Amino acid sequence: MKLQDTSVFDANSPQARAILHLFYFDLVISAVIFLAVASLVIYAVIRFRQRPGEGEPFQDPGNPKLETLWTIIPALILLALLVATAYTMRVVNPPVIRSEPNVVVIAHQWWWEYRYPQSGVLTANELHMPVGKKWLLCVESADVIHDFWVPGLGAKVDAIPRNQNYLWITPSKTGVYPGTCAEFCGEEHALMGIRVIVQPQEEFEAWQQSQLRVPAKPSGVEAERGAQLFEERTCMNCHTIAGTKARGTVGPDLTHVGDRQTLGSGAIPNTWEQLTKWIMDPQKIKPGCNMPSLKLTESQAHDIAIYLEALK
Amino acid sequence: MSKESPTNRAINSLADIKEYRSMLSWITSVDHKQIGIMYIVSAFVFFLVGLGLALAMRIQLMVPVSHFMSPGTYNQIFTMHGTTMVFLMAMPLLFGFSVYFVPLMIGARDMAFPRLNALGYWLYLFGALMMYFSFIAGGAPDAGWFSYAPLTERGYSSSPGIDYWALSLLVMGAGSVATGINLIVTVLTLRTPGMTLTRTPLFVWMIFFNAFLVILALPALNAALVMILADRQLNAHFFSPAHGGSALLWQNYFWLFGHPEVYILVLPAFGVISEVIPVFSRKVIYGYGFMAASTVAIAFLSYGVWIHHMFATGLSYVILYVFAGSSMLIAIPTGIKIFNWIATMWGGSIRFTTAMLFATAFLIQFTVGGLSGVAFAAIPIDWQLTDSYFVVAHIHYVLLGGTLFAMFAGTYYWFPKVTGRMLSEKIGKLHFWLMVLGFNGTFFGMHLLGVAGMPRRAYTYLDRPPLGTLHLISSLFAFVLALAILVFLWNVVRSLRKGEVAGDNPWGGWTLEWATTSPPPVENFDRVPPVRGRRPLWDLAHKKEGGQP
Repeated sequence: MKLQDTSVFDANSPQARAILHLFYFDLVISAVIFLAVASLVIYAVIRFRQRPGEGEPFQDPGNPKLETLWTIIPALILLALLVATAYTMRVVNPPVIRSEPNVVVIAHQWWWEYRYPQSGVLTANELHMPVGKKWLLCVESADVIHDFWVPGLGAKVDAIPRNQNYLWITPSKTGVYPGTCAEFCGEEHALMGIRVIVQPQEEFEAWQQSQLRVPAKPSGVEAERGAQLFEERTCMNCHTIAGTKARGTVGPDLTHVGDRQTLGSGAIPNTWEQLTKWIMDPQKIKPGCNMPSLKLTESQAHDIAIYLEALK
Repeated sequence: MSKESPTNRAINSLADIKEYRSMLSWITSVDHKQIGIMYIVSAFVFFLVGLGLALAMRIQLMVPVSHFMSPGTYNQIFTMHGTTMVFLMAMPLLFGFSVYFVPLMIGARDMAFPRLNALGYWLYLFGALMMYFSFIAGGAPDAGWFSYAPLTERGYSSSPGIDYWALSLLVMGAGSVATGINLIVTVLTLRTPGMTLTRTPLFVWMIFFNAFLVILALPALNAALVMILADRQLNAHFFSPAHGGSALLWQNYFWLFGHPEVYILVLPAFGVISEVIPVFSRKVIYGYGFMAASTVAIAFLSYGVWIHHMFATGLSYVILYVFAGSSMLIAIPTGIKIFNWIATMWGGSIRFTTAMLFATAFLIQFTVGGLSGVAFAAIPIDWQLTDSYFVVAHIHYVLLGGTLFAMFAGTYYWFPKVTGRMLSEKIGKLHFWLMVLGFNGTFFGMHLLGVAGMPRRAYTYLDRPPLGTLHLISSLFAFVLALAILVFLWNVVRSLRKGEVAGDNPWGGWTLEWATTSPPPVENFDRVPPVRGRRPLWDLAHKKEGGQP
């Protein structure tokens, strides 16, 4: 699937397009005002530069009529912008009245948890959505303030602890939309990436079904060893894998981690080589993240990686 | 010294004033001029430190996924950059200009409370030093200059950095309030006979209203700082949602201070521009009444716009509409000023000294910053662009392209008055052009970075075009900007040693500070000229006898 741009000009939802149109309107107004100011200044600079032998210029103390004019004209322009603003707000993020969210986004230091209340699916860092459906996102935080921002799909909203914020998104084109946490949230704020995977309805349904299945038991010597290590080491204090004893909720749910495109909230691509490196020393890839270095040998890390990559 | 000098002593430089010669006289000084100079010099030292921190950030961001510094270090550096530039550089710089020039411009002997004035400076200096002491006391603050709770709670920030941050700001905040009160009382009580409030120079007028902003805004911050200290040290839970506190309460307090603070940093700059443009255009300020009234409007409205820093926090529509409206409203008085300054230049006889060049660049750059500010008042645009590099571009166009350029205009304008020596115009022009190039090169591209989806306060970014290219360009121009500052430093050092002797009134200024020696003697004036209008020295030269303002 195509990796989309993060430019606000590449708007792929009616919400993002409405914002973009307002932005164009504002840019045109700004350009006109800027050109007016700049050309007046430049004209004054050239025309009224001191000339040799020039006497004292006429001391003009002001002209209230003229000044009232340049009070009223900007006021009218701003009034037009205010009306456009109010209109666009209604289109982009109308108040939520008695609507169930399609997905609950829970921000953590420094990863994202997604819960689909209707189906019971729970996943991390990569949000799957069907194309063309108007979805309501409920955004919460488990610790400090974060902010959910996917520029290609529209507005951002803060994730505030003990608080629920809502966001409407109607993705109009399939693809992978990168986003990021936009509110400074501590050490790894920079590597708190979001991926929204917008799929055709059938594909989304299939994905949702796959997420509800308990993954198959590990097969192969390496994977079995990996599964055992996962239980023996401290991994399951923080992570959950359905169908096993692992029930930790501090870190991302790993039940279907093999399905994901990236690791560490978008820090690295999800391959077993990268996963091995991550398990060996996450602090090297994402310094300050909450996963400690577990002091595993490379072969142990490799086995765990093989086990995890098979979880689909 | 010329014979027309209003004092009988020959004063051409600070060294000619025997009262200023000993180090002790500076440390124990209650003279507003010495305190003003100490403010300005300290602010400049912290400016160099803040600039160094900025360069470190620009090196880190030059390439994607850079390992120049760790995330923890970067977060301390960007926090200290913002805190330094706002509290340790800009505010004291503006206070320095205020306490130095307000008494001179109103024909006073000193501030109303000279000892309180000294207290304000020393609270600032030691507060600032305490802030930097945190680096060797377990870690500098690392939650941003805005320090949003609950990230600042002990559970998320165990180093003492935030404690140092809050304590130092509290100390400096107390000093700022003291200085604010002092400025208000000075303007109200010490104006020379004949100078009614509406005859004060616009610089004084703007500082006067600015002082009200200071004494009303800082307490909101000080209260919030006490609360966060109580949270951290006494296990109070003001801002801790897990224990029933509110995360947004901090933001409301902080921006109730923080938005007036923006105008605290901008109004004095407006004041400087309102002095520089008329003198170098050889024209009276256009529409004094509109200029003065729009200042009051800005000061008043600045208390009613703070929510525009919180548009993405999920507030109700009623609140959003009100604050979108008020945020747009505040653009109107600012617009009036821009047009009135241009009208002042219109039909004038403009001398393009370095000071005037800085004032002209201010007009254009501040307009860019104002227009990008209006974009944030249009709430859906804010929902897309807030917390992105677009905001970084916006604040730097306002505070660097605006305030700092204005303060450089003021520096070139008043340096002869303060030191008795002219700054070199030749080096000054080099400084100006390097600064215009460096500033716009560094910050214009940040608008594009924001639009391209780059979040602010991030220590790194993944390699995704065009982010790398835009960051690289910005970083390279940052060094041009730094070079410009070095050129300025060179200009100051060189001019202090062998600059041209200024004389009382090198620019043909019209306000009272030009009616005494450069630098002014300890007592400021032997005799204050009669004030019968807004421009006493103009009236003196044109033998005006009438009593019109």
